[in-house]
Amino acid sequence: MDLIWDGLREAIHIIRTGDYSVWSITLRSLLVSGSAVLISLVLGVLAGAVLAFKDFRGRGILLSLVNTGMGLPPVAVGLLVAILLWRSGPLGHLRLIYTPTAMVAAQTIIATPIVTGFTAAALRHLDPRLRTQLYALGASRPQMLWVVLWEAKLPLLAAVMAGFGGAISEVGASMMVGGNLAGETRVLTTSVILEVSRGEFAPAIALSIILLVLIFIVNAILTTVQQQERM
Amino acid sequence: MKKIRFGMLVTALLLSFGLIACSSDNGTEKETVQPTSAATTQSTPSGTAAPATSTPVERSGPKDVIVATTTSTQDTGLLDVLVPLFEEESGYNVKVIAVGTGQALAMGGRGDADVMLVHAPASEKKVVDEGVGIDRRLVMHNDFVLLGPSSDPAGVQGTTVATDALAKIYEKGAAFVSRGDDSGTDKLEKALWKKANLDPNGQSWYEESGQGMGATLQIANQRDAYIMSDRGTYLATKENLSLTIVLEGDPGLLNAYSVMQVNPDKFDLVNGPGGKAFADFMVSDKAQSIIKDFGVDKYGQALFTPDAGKTYEQLGLATPFG
Repeated sequence: MDLIWDGLREAIHIIRTGDYSVWSITLRSLLVSGSAVLISLVLGVLAGAVLAFKDFRGRGILLSLVNTGMGLPPVAVGLLVAILLWRSGPLGHLRLIYTPTAMVAAQTIIATPIVTGFTAAALRHLDPRLRTQLYALGASRPQMLWVVLWEAKLPLLAAVMAGFGGAISEVGASMMVGGNLAGETRVLTTSVILEVSRGEFAPAIALSIILLVLIFIVNAILTTVQQQERM
Repeated sequence: MKKIRFGMLVTALLLSFGLIACSSDNGTEKETVQPTSAATTQSTPSGTAAPATSTPVERSGPKDVIVATTTSTQDTGLLDVLVPLFEEESGYNVKVIAVGTGQALAMGGRGDADVMLVHAPASEKKVVDEGVGIDRRLVMHNDFVLLGPSSDPAGVQGTTVATDALAKIYEKGAAFVSRGDDSGTDKLEKALWKKANLDPNGQSWYEESGQGMGATLQIANQRDAYIMSDRGTYLATKENLSLTIVLEGDPGLLNAYSVMQVNPDKFDLVNGPGGKAFADFMVSDKAQSIIKDFGVDKYGQALFTPDAGKTYEQLGLATPFG
């Protein structure tokens, strides 16, 4: 029990003073996962729209593949990206392994199926008459997509939340492709692992608290927006 | 109102994206800080002055140096002290990948690292023989210790020979946690079991964590188990452990770290000059004097003994390197 109380007390001290570079690590986590979610939002919304509106052969299989992808194991993604990016791998000459870019790539792969799945589900639940009507009004395709997405913005926000949550709390892929380099690719989750292995529980607890608060804040903002929209 | 909120959200997201772009700009900025020969020759009006100005010019080529090393050099915090010094001195950007020695050697073997800092002489020999590891040099040593719960259920305390201690643990079936990650420590532990003619694999009391030294010490601590650890990591994490040293001082427990460069002739992407610069730095007087004092202020004793220029024989070790 002492460990918990001492750890908590010291964790709060660390958060106050910013020791162990917790704030720069937090910022890096936000930037990496934020970028990954933004990219996956673009990819996922487009893919989700295609899956929802286009009728083509193999759509059912694709949909179930996407649904499987929503639970993509981060370590497997990490291994795949690492094998590709290692110098001995096919993309080694890009020298991207152990960079934040590599982490963004891995987290994008993790978040994109989540966003795609949510988008496809959201758009399919829209009233189909909306599209017919829009066509009748002479809307172009991009215009139509925009209106339809605007109508489905609440579930799309849920997609962002889920994608961001998946990306920022993921550790396996970040460790493998980022290498947990101090000041470069060390993010919240990987530094928690490092501090625990060093037996430094207080900073580990501090970083975990920050991680939780961060996820809470992002979700709180998005939820508030959702609630406002509904009123 | 509604739209404004949504717009704010989108702006916030875009802003964070912009920040990422800025941070990646940093990388390119660093590169332009070091103008290479191309830039200098451009600035000279005629070709004649060019050779003179380009001699002191800083090296071109990749700036990143990937160091594959063992978890103990990271968990003790030694590299946190040495790496920034090297970076400042050389202008290189070091990427320390702390894994077990087995994996570190494998990374070198594939050309995925530029330089290796490892501690498993027998396995190092393989890499050297293959021509992948070059210019191998001793950097420092400490020793391995056998740790156990203070109750010492297997009655190891008082034993001076490591294999005898392991035999007692085996006989008693006392809990033992192994790294099991093919690291230098793991290789040594496995070799000791073999030397004692015992095979602990599959025994219910013998567990493999598959993790680094620090993490495995935490597990052994929770389990009141025996564990083989390098002294450096043990001292560095001691305050959070209730394990005590039950055996030390067996000459077979010496733990020697050496540095070697990955042969740049074997792999196109290996940063030869960078790897060499880091290896040279590790055996330089500056680094060696830091190693000599590292940990004294915090633990009352140094975690490592500097060994640059020494041979295995001088350490009293049988060398696989002939």
